[in-house]
Amino acid sequence: MSSARDEILQRIRTAHTAAGAPEPIRRSAPATERDRAEVLDVFVRMTEDYRAVVERCTQEELPGHIARTVETAKAARIGIPPDLDERWTAEIAGTVVVDDGLSTAELDTIDAVVTGATVGIADTGTIVLDHSGNQGRRALSLVPDMHVCVVLESQVVADVPTAVRGLRPSVDAHRALTWISGPSATSDIELSRVEGVHGPRTLHVILVAGA
Amino acid sequence: MKVAPQDLHQNDLPLAATSSTFIGMPKFPTMARAGLDNTVQRRNLQHATHTIRAKRAAVVHEVSDWEALRLDGAATKDQALDHLADYLVQLEDNLTAAGATVHWARNADEACRIAVDLVQATGASEVVKVKSMATQEIELNEALEAAGVSAWETDLAELIVQLGHDRPSHILVPAIHRNRSEVREIFLDEMSRVGRAAPEGLTDEPADLAEAARAHLREKFLRAKVAISGTNFAIADTGTLVVLESEGNGRMCLTLPETLISVVGIEKVLPTWDDLGTFMQLLPRSSTGERMNPYTSTWTGVTPGDGPQDVHVILLDNGRTHVLADDLGRQALRCIRCSACLNVCPVYERAGGHAYGSVYPGPIGAVLTPQLRGTSTPIDKSLPFASSLCGACFEVCPVRIDIPKLLVALRTQVVDEKRGGLPTGEAAAMKAASWVFGDHKRLVAAQQGVTASARLLKGRPTIGRLPWPASAWSDARDSPAPPRETFRQWWSRTHIDDSGASSAEGSPS
Repeated sequence: MSSARDEILQRIRTAHTAAGAPEPIRRSAPATERDRAEVLDVFVRMTEDYRAVVERCTQEELPGHIARTVETAKAARIGIPPDLDERWTAEIAGTVVVDDGLSTAELDTIDAVVTGATVGIADTGTIVLDHSGNQGRRALSLVPDMHVCVVLESQVVADVPTAVRGLRPSVDAHRALTWISGPSATSDIELSRVEGVHGPRTLHVILVAGA
Repeated sequence: MKVAPQDLHQNDLPLAATSSTFIGMPKFPTMARAGLDNTVQRRNLQHATHTIRAKRAAVVHEVSDWEALRLDGAATKDQALDHLADYLVQLEDNLTAAGATVHWARNADEACRIAVDLVQATGASEVVKVKSMATQEIELNEALEAAGVSAWETDLAELIVQLGHDRPSHILVPAIHRNRSEVREIFLDEMSRVGRAAPEGLTDEPADLAEAARAHLREKFLRAKVAISGTNFAIADTGTLVVLESEGNGRMCLTLPETLISVVGIEKVLPTWDDLGTFMQLLPRSSTGERMNPYTSTWTGVTPGDGPQDVHVILLDNGRTHVLADDLGRQALRCIRCSACLNVCPVYERAGGHAYGSVYPGPIGAVLTPQLRGTSTPIDKSLPFASSLCGACFEVCPVRIDIPKLLVALRTQVVDEKRGGLPTGEAAAMKAASWVFGDHKRLVAAQQGVTASARLLKGRPTIGRLPWPASAWSDARDSPAPPRETFRQWWSRTHIDDSGASSAEGSPS
C-alpha cells in the first residue's frame, strides 16, 4: 500500500501538470519613486485611520515621549525585550520588567510593552515585527493590553510588495512575523467595528525622525 | 470560446465524502424556503452584506490598478496549480528543514485521525482553535469531541456559532445571520456551561459582547497546550504558513501553546514568498473591506524560544485532486476564501448560508461543493441552479474565478446525468418547444393561438394564475399577458401590400 504522500502526489500528476518549467510571474514595478515626506505622511494618516495613536518626534525627544505615553495610560508595569536600547526607557517612572522568559501568567500582569519594529508600510498603515532584537518574542507584545511601538522613519516603505521583499531575510532565518494594522478589532456582530478583543486594545506608534 | 462541459468531472480521482451533517439534505429550493421565511435573518443579512460590499468597493477604488492585481493573483494561483506536486514537495522540504513535521491526508477521515492522534500524544484534553474552513470541512471538532477532546473556537463569530449549537452561514462572518440581541441571549445562556460565565447585566452593545468574549476566552488561551489552525497561504520556497485575522485570537493560538497543528488544503500553496505581496493586497480589501486586516501572523517551522516548539502541518486532498483534473473547473481551486462573492450575491442575501448544505455557501459554494462532492445527491444536484447568473460574483472575485461559466457547465453535467431515464416534465416541455420553434409554420400557428387567447383577457396587462403545471411558476409571479398582435402579424399588416412585396417606406429611424 502506498503512503498517503505518494498517493496524493500521484493523483496530482494524473489530474494535471503543465508541461515545462513555471514561468516567473511578471509584475509591474511602481512607476515612480515616491516622495519620502509624502510616504511618511501617508503612513501616519493610514495608521491613525485604523484607530492607532501616532506621534512623531526626534531621537532626543523619544525617551520623554515613551515615558509620558505609559504614564498617561496609567501603566505601572512596563515590559521590554532584553535587547531594547536602554536610553528609550530611561525616563519611565513605573517598574520596567525585562522579558527574560516570563511565564504567560507573569506576562498577564504587565500593563504595557515597549518594542521596536522591522518595517512600516505607508499605504496600509501597517507595522511588521520580526521579533528579533528590540522587538522581543511574540508573546511579549501580545498578552499585555497596550503596545507602544517605536518605528524609525528609515523603516517606513511605500507599499506592501516592497515590504514583503524586504522581509525575506527574516523569513529565511525562520523568524515569525507579526503584521499589525491598528489595535485588535472585530466586526463579527452586525458588522459593527469594536476595537479591542484579544490583542492589545491600545496601539501607540511613535515615528522617530532622523533615524 | 465553446465550453466542453462533457469533460467536467469525468475522472476516477476520489471525491470528498459528504459529512454526516449534510447527508440527506433536500435540494436548495427547499432549504432556501426556511431562510426566506426567517425575516430576522433576512434583515440581518441584508444589512451586513450591503455594509461590507460598500466598504469593499471604497478600498478597492483606492488601488490604482486593481485589475492588474486580479490578473496577477489569478496567474500566480494558476502557476501553483499547474505545478502543484513540485511546489508541495518543495513546501514539505522547507517545512521539514525549519523543524516542522509534515503529514499527508487523502481525505477527511485520515486528516482527523492524524490530528486526533497528535493531540492525544500530548496528553491534552482540550485545544484552542483559530477559525479555519478546512477544519470545518473535515469536521475536526466532531472528531475531537468523539475522542474526548474539547475544541474551543476562539474567533468571536465562531464562538457565537459554537455556543449557539448552530452552523456557520458565511465564510468570513459565520454568525452574520445573528443580531446583537440573539448573541446576548446565547452568551447569557451558554457561556457558564463551558467556562467563565457572561457578566450579569450584559447589554447587547457589540463592545460589551466583545468584552464578554475576551474574558471568557482569556483563561482558555493562557492555559492552552495545543492549538489547531488552518492557513490562508503556504509558501513553497520558504516553508512559511500565513494566517490573517482581526481579533488577536489567532495570535494567541499561534503563539502561546506548546503544540501547533495546521490543516492545509493542498490548493493553499503559493510558489514564492514575493507572491504574498500580491495576495496581502487582494485578500483584506476583498474580504473585510479593509486596506489591511488588524493582524497577520507568519511562521516558518519552529523559531527557537518563540512560540510553539512542536509544529505540525497536515496537507489535505479530500476531493481537491478530483477538481484539479478538470480543465475548466480547476479555477475554483484559486479561491482564497475572501467571501466577496457571497456579499454581492442576490440569492445568498435572501436564502442565507445554511441553504447551501455545505461549509462553503454562496456562489463559490455553488461551484466548489458539487465539484468536491460530485452531483449525486439532491442538494449537490441543485446547487448549480442556485444562481440567477447575474455575474456579480465574477466581477468582485480577486482571483477572477468565472463562477457563472462554471455554474452553466455544472448545470449541463447535472442535465446530462439525467439523460436516458424517464423524461421529466421540464424535458418534455423543452422538447415540445423545440418542435414548435423548429418550423416557422408551426411557430406562426402557435402565435396565432396565443394572440387569439389574448383577446379573451379583455385588456388585462397580467395574468395572476396559470393552469397546472404552469401554476408552479405563477404561484409566486404575475405573467405578462400575451400581446394582441405578434411582430410578424404587425409587419404583414403594415408593411406588405396586396401584391405581397414589402412597401418602400421604412419606419422613421
